[in-house]
Amino acid sequence: MNTDDLNAIWLTLKLATVVTVLLLLLCTPLAWWLVRTKSRVAGVINVIVTLPLVLPPTVIGFYLLLLMGPHGAVGQITQALGIGLLPFTFAGLVVASVLYSMPFVVQPLQNAFESVDEPLLEAAATLRASPFDTFCYVVLPLAVPGYVTAATLGFAHTVGEFGVVLMLGGNIPGATQVLSVQIYNHVEAMQFSSAHWLAGGMLLFSFVVLSLLYGVRKVGLFRV
Amino acid sequence: MSEMVNVLRARLLHRYEKLTPDRFTLDCDISLPMQGFTVISGRSGCGKTTLLRCIAGLTRSEGEVHFREQCWQGAKKFLPVYQRPLAYVFQQPALFPHMDVRGNLQFALDRVKPDARKIVFDDVVSWLELGNFLTHKPSQLSGGQQQRVAIARALLASPQLLLMDEPLASLDVDSKAEILPYLERLHTQLSIPVLYVTHSMDELARLADQLVLLENGKVRAVGDVHELLTRPDLPLAHLDDAAAVLEASILQHDEHYHLSQVSVEGGSLTVALSTLAVGSKTRVRILARDVSITLQPIERSSIQNSLRVRIAEIGPDKDAARVLVRLELGSSCILARITRRASDQLALEVGQSVYAHIKTVALIS
Repeated sequence: MNTDDLNAIWLTLKLATVVTVLLLLLCTPLAWWLVRTKSRVAGVINVIVTLPLVLPPTVIGFYLLLLMGPHGAVGQITQALGIGLLPFTFAGLVVASVLYSMPFVVQPLQNAFESVDEPLLEAAATLRASPFDTFCYVVLPLAVPGYVTAATLGFAHTVGEFGVVLMLGGNIPGATQVLSVQIYNHVEAMQFSSAHWLAGGMLLFSFVVLSLLYGVRKVGLFRV
Repeated sequence: MSEMVNVLRARLLHRYEKLTPDRFTLDCDISLPMQGFTVISGRSGCGKTTLLRCIAGLTRSEGEVHFREQCWQGAKKFLPVYQRPLAYVFQQPALFPHMDVRGNLQFALDRVKPDARKIVFDDVVSWLELGNFLTHKPSQLSGGQQQRVAIARALLASPQLLLMDEPLASLDVDSKAEILPYLERLHTQLSIPVLYVTHSMDELARLADQLVLLENGKVRAVGDVHELLTRPDLPLAHLDDAAAVLEASILQHDEHYHLSQVSVEGGSLTVALSTLAVGSKTRVRILARDVSITLQPIERSSIQNSLRVRIAEIGPDKDAARVLVRLELGSSCILARITRRASDQLALEVGQSVYAHIKTVALIS
């Protein structure tokens, strides 16, 4: 493995960690709102959040590229704010990954929140617990298994993404050259043994993560 | 003045979201004294639970709710449930499954400011006999034990009003029998007013001071339980096991014949030997079909419970062969269900003094 490979591994882990943390923070209120609201808008939001599941990553990458580019709405805002342009930067990659991996985090959280019985929330309210109080002390502890699933899937899915990165991040070592792209580089250059190291590692990583997830759920460590 | 303010006034209008033919609108205007047990009763589906949920604020409705001098709901105001000084015991215990029993109780206690706490943790635990379960998870408890924890948790919220929605309905017979004594003690020992929803005559007879009768979402009658149980114009008097309830206290025990004597207003009655101490307050229940009427006292009868009473009202029964006679003893009443022919032959009329003979008197509790 060369330094580019190590950089790619480090960058991938950094990206996945940042994205997972951001997703958990963003998706907690979003999923709670989607579960609790009676608004019709929720249906539309649900569709939008789920779109990345069915769209080719290149489609998302393409539109994000336009949106965040110098003539796009987001691009103009970021330029006006003095942040500059997001495409082909680590920050741009984070934004794209958050959108791309969102369904993998929102849905487990939605399922977890839905499984919290309504009578428990009512009981908490009749015991003087405000909605926020109830969320922190009743909903969150009961949703722990959902958070484990959400974090695992969000992390693993971000590690595994390729198309969006290629469209939006390009192939800049240390900034946007993540593992999946690096494997592609090796294969393009006919460096099959290097590709094997990274690809095999990814395979092992994914296998271990998913085994842990299913193992833990089965044993019931997080079942409350 | 303070007594005038000590009421719950609810003027509510609630339309069910899905209006099917058997659904109706809850439309009521009631004013209830905030002391003792007020039982809300009526057939299933008459809106009892909805009324309770609207008062608590768990279900949105139009109208007003005033508790004592506090406005809980008004034209432009809706106080969220968690800001109302009430507690609620649901049909299902609704214990927090991720906390042990102590955690569940502590949850309630922690949300009451120390100076607003009216009930001590250890008292509630010993009172509902939960000491051995404090470290148990709810899933390790029986249904009756869970409901006891739910009642304890509600009490620890130091409520000014306790709402109970058929707390025994989901329990088996044994668990019901297990919980009822606790509810009775709640009745006699705590000063918290209770609104209690049930369709069980047994719970009603044991617990109710006041009664609200609902019918198809409307209030049919509100008032003292003794009166409402014996009014021939109300459906309660027409049930097969229609019964009057009298307040009683234990006079003496007769170990030899295995009997106890209790005093009621206007006389004394003999009942099966009770375990209660002499002087204890209790209630007796007298079924309308167990009461017969004579114009003269009868001697040498196997029926030993006889009371001199005054006929207050004679009304039709749902069975055309029978009439319901409401009999006054002092300010309380019992009910007799006799044949219309007997009534005519005895020429019974309102105001007349007669003798009521009671085949069986049951102590309740």
